[in-house]
Amino acid sequence: MPRELTQNRIQKIWIPSRDDKPSIPRKPVGGPHLANPPTVIVMVGLPARGKTYISRKLTRYLNWIGIPTKVFNVGEYRREAVKHYSSYDFFKSDNEDAFKIRQQCALAALRDVKIYLTEEEGQVAVFDATNTTRERRDMILDFGAENGFKVFFIESVCDDPNVIACNILEVKISCPDYQDCNKTDAMEDFMKRIECYRLNYQPLDPDQYDRNMSFIKVIDVGRRFLVNRIQDHIQSRIVYYLMNIHVQPRSIYLCRHGESQDNRQGRLGGDSGLSTQGQKFAVALANVVKEQNLKGLKVWTSQLRRSIQTAEALNVPYEQWKALNEIDAGVCEEMTYEEVRERFPEEFILRDQDKYYYRYPSGESYQDLVQRVEPVIMELERHENALVICHQAVMRCLLAYFLDKSADEMPYLKCPLHTVLKLTPMAYGCKVESIFLDVEAVNTHRDRPEEVKRGPSTLIRRNSVTPLTSPEPNKKSRMEGLDESIREMSPVPFTLCSTSHTTLTLSTQNLKKCPIECHETPQLCL
Amino acid sequence: MSLVKNSSEQCGNNRPRELTQNPLKKIWVPSCKNGLPRSTKQRKVCMTNCPTLIVTVGLPARGKTYISKKLTRYLNWIDVPTKEFNVGQYRRECVKIYKSFEFFRPDNEEGLKIRKQCALAALNDVRQYLTDEGGQVAVFDATNTTRERRETIFRFAEQNGFKVFFVESVCEDPDVIAENIVQVKLGSPDYTHCNTEEAVADFMKRIKCYENSYEPLDEELDRELSFIKIIDVGRRYLVNRVQDHIQSRIVYYLMNIHITPRSIYLCRHGESDLNVRGRIGGDSGLSARGKEFAKSLGQFIQSQNICDLKVWTSQMKRTIQTAEGVGVPYEQWKALNEIDAGVCEELMYEEIQQKYPQEFALRDQDKYRYRYPKGESYEDLVQRLEPVIMELERQENVLVICHQAVMRCLLAYFLDKPAEELPYLKCSLHTVLKLTPVAYGCKVESVCLKVEAVNTHRERPTNVDVSRLAEEALLTVPNHQ
Repeated sequence: MPRELTQNRIQKIWIPSRDDKPSIPRKPVGGPHLANPPTVIVMVGLPARGKTYISRKLTRYLNWIGIPTKVFNVGEYRREAVKHYSSYDFFKSDNEDAFKIRQQCALAALRDVKIYLTEEEGQVAVFDATNTTRERRDMILDFGAENGFKVFFIESVCDDPNVIACNILEVKISCPDYQDCNKTDAMEDFMKRIECYRLNYQPLDPDQYDRNMSFIKVIDVGRRFLVNRIQDHIQSRIVYYLMNIHVQPRSIYLCRHGESQDNRQGRLGGDSGLSTQGQKFAVALANVVKEQNLKGLKVWTSQLRRSIQTAEALNVPYEQWKALNEIDAGVCEEMTYEEVRERFPEEFILRDQDKYYYRYPSGESYQDLVQRVEPVIMELERHENALVICHQAVMRCLLAYFLDKSADEMPYLKCPLHTVLKLTPMAYGCKVESIFLDVEAVNTHRDRPEEVKRGPSTLIRRNSVTPLTSPEPNKKSRMEGLDESIREMSPVPFTLCSTSHTTLTLSTQNLKKCPIECHETPQLCL
Repeated sequence: MSLVKNSSEQCGNNRPRELTQNPLKKIWVPSCKNGLPRSTKQRKVCMTNCPTLIVTVGLPARGKTYISKKLTRYLNWIDVPTKEFNVGQYRRECVKIYKSFEFFRPDNEEGLKIRKQCALAALNDVRQYLTDEGGQVAVFDATNTTRERRETIFRFAEQNGFKVFFVESVCEDPDVIAENIVQVKLGSPDYTHCNTEEAVADFMKRIKCYENSYEPLDEELDRELSFIKIIDVGRRYLVNRVQDHIQSRIVYYLMNIHITPRSIYLCRHGESDLNVRGRIGGDSGLSARGKEFAKSLGQFIQSQNICDLKVWTSQMKRTIQTAEGVGVPYEQWKALNEIDAGVCEELMYEEIQQKYPQEFALRDQDKYRYRYPKGESYEDLVQRLEPVIMELERQENVLVICHQAVMRCLLAYFLDKPAEELPYLKCSLHTVLKLTPVAYGCKVESVCLKVEAVNTHRERPTNVDVSRLAEEALLTVPNHQ
């Protein structure tokens, strides 16, 4: 007997009901179940080959598209175990004590991987270490087989001395290991460290030893790829992503259209034109763009009038993307918040209860937006300098991707009118500069209401589009079997991008630019 | 995404140009001085700045033509004008009757001359297609097994401002090769006069002719070229120097397709309450007959005894109810939702004619590109469905329970139907289409589950002019309550 269906009130998803109560659907909705069983991604490569860069970026992407992912960096475990790094001698292959410690760190990390994937609802774990020997990789494969995890290797191979030197300067010299050294000494020591690994390095061998493994070999920072035995959808997506990212310096500018007539009336959605202030903003934006003097700037707009009008003022070619259209407010389109509250009081409350999952009747949710906007992200990764003129909800989605914000935070990110955010990739994260163009505009931001109680857990949390912040890496304060006693250490601050950028409030002062806010990560190394 | 290229001609002062909304596609474009939309040359999808020449490489029976045709079909479906140029075809036109593999012997000078001429003729047509006929991608399908031949092609492309991307297929598995020969070579015009054994023997000798001079793409020697090497039917790939978006998409597509036998079942939800009343869109539930269909569908699926079937629905009630009736686990995709009819949601065609006669006429003029006010077009649908197609390529046996416009888009992809035909493909209620890939195409079996339903198919009326009378517009509206 076919089951009755009821429509979940927040997400507007039809699910089979039991005893008149909307139940939790057993299958994830919104798209295919992407990563089942859990996957362990294993990085492979000599030091300074970009493994941690790839680990963190990939993790950020997977979390944003809703696949719970976490990085396990073995170097972190080593720094916990061995409080003070003395020199590259630690990594010499004949240093038996050190070898034992390093082995135990790897095992501790794998233990945590297992917990994450089996008890903490993780779907992908990224095991970030050199993993340069077959012996180590075989151990990981056994671990995967024992626990029913799929294993996918990502090897980074690069012998360009310039790239390596650059990496060392960017992320190694300032690493905690070298805080007491000067640059030259640090560089020298690190080069010797690399040599320690090189002696025993057994690259993945697609022809013989590793021909049945699933892996991608990234050669020379993406010039070439060797892809072997992709098993499933998530591995295919990972490969596609890795083939689209690059490390060329560039900046991404995000802003909203100029103030629109609907904005002035406090109306949602619609397709109105710019107000007078909005037109002024467009002109000011043109000046900023000219000033920045960007080579090969790509300008993208949505297909809504206000965004295109803004681009028109720039006098440069631009591309229209339907995918950048503002969130569809369905039956609430063109209403003011007051009108919504009056005509759809229940909807109004539900939205505040769970703004990320909430779907307007006959409209969209932030969750839908993320899925819609994903090809834009992929294309942004491919390009270099880009300016995206979009809308409040859309900009929040994009920003959440770049700044690693969770689904919870995304709908409340501050994206005021007439403010341009300049994002520049740096080290393992993103530098954010906020450029406020001195043109007044209304404020369209609604904060999370204080008095709202969170809805009961009839909502689907773990499904295909639920951005999560990349979780903090594990800190083991106790390593079993080690002779040294371990002192408690306060956790190393690990913010990819702190929340201070969200305090970009509308300023009516005569400021052309706000002070630059740097959000860098503490450097990681093995 | 579409590109609006601003010409260098601007207004006298620096005021932003006026925008008007193209009435068909509802796209805002800068208008000319007299307020009409400027006829900007809108490129459908801005993926490349210059045309791309895809060059296949590989011994015979390695799947080059299979890949060429499939890739061409995919690119055309996502609106990138693509055409394949199969040199073998040119050769067959030139040499009317194929005698034997001797034609391909490397010491057969006459043969070599003819084959070279054919390649050049094909390249000539490529140039015409990409330069004069608005093509964006040309697939040059031939063995191209020598470096010399590839250099010729590369130089040709450079001269004409085309980007080059090589797709090489390498395979030494004798079973795969034998299967290929059976599937597509035996039925080739070359072998109409042979029996199976003769044909196979001759073809194996043909392959031998190429083997000695075969110079595969090499990681070192060809490191400056852009290419993908497909090894053992997708077990492994080597990808070198992807230059741009279109090449990246091509690589992604090639890495997702497979040749494992399987079937894809497409059908619509069971008849809905709104269907019965002749209304479009909405989110109504199934009618009594629709529920019956769901049950029949369940029985049909059982009878097919399908191994490991995945079932997908949209997020609209009627498809989910249908899946519930089948009684198997299913996944909901928002991307499979019916086309959004915007302001026309839940109206009857008669009401649309009454309230929006101009819109109604525009839709009949260009049903593929026409976007409902505050809604979508078929063109938008295709973009929305692309991830579904990609996942269908990855999967094996799948049943997709969707909607009329959506099913038309999916069908057009599998059956290589152009944009003009797509919106008029017949996708009746209560009928299941079983698609099975075979040789270079797709076998279609239509299974009508014997449960009655209304007809929802509206043919294009003869008069599509805005000035037409209501009766002329409503001539082809199917009957309803």
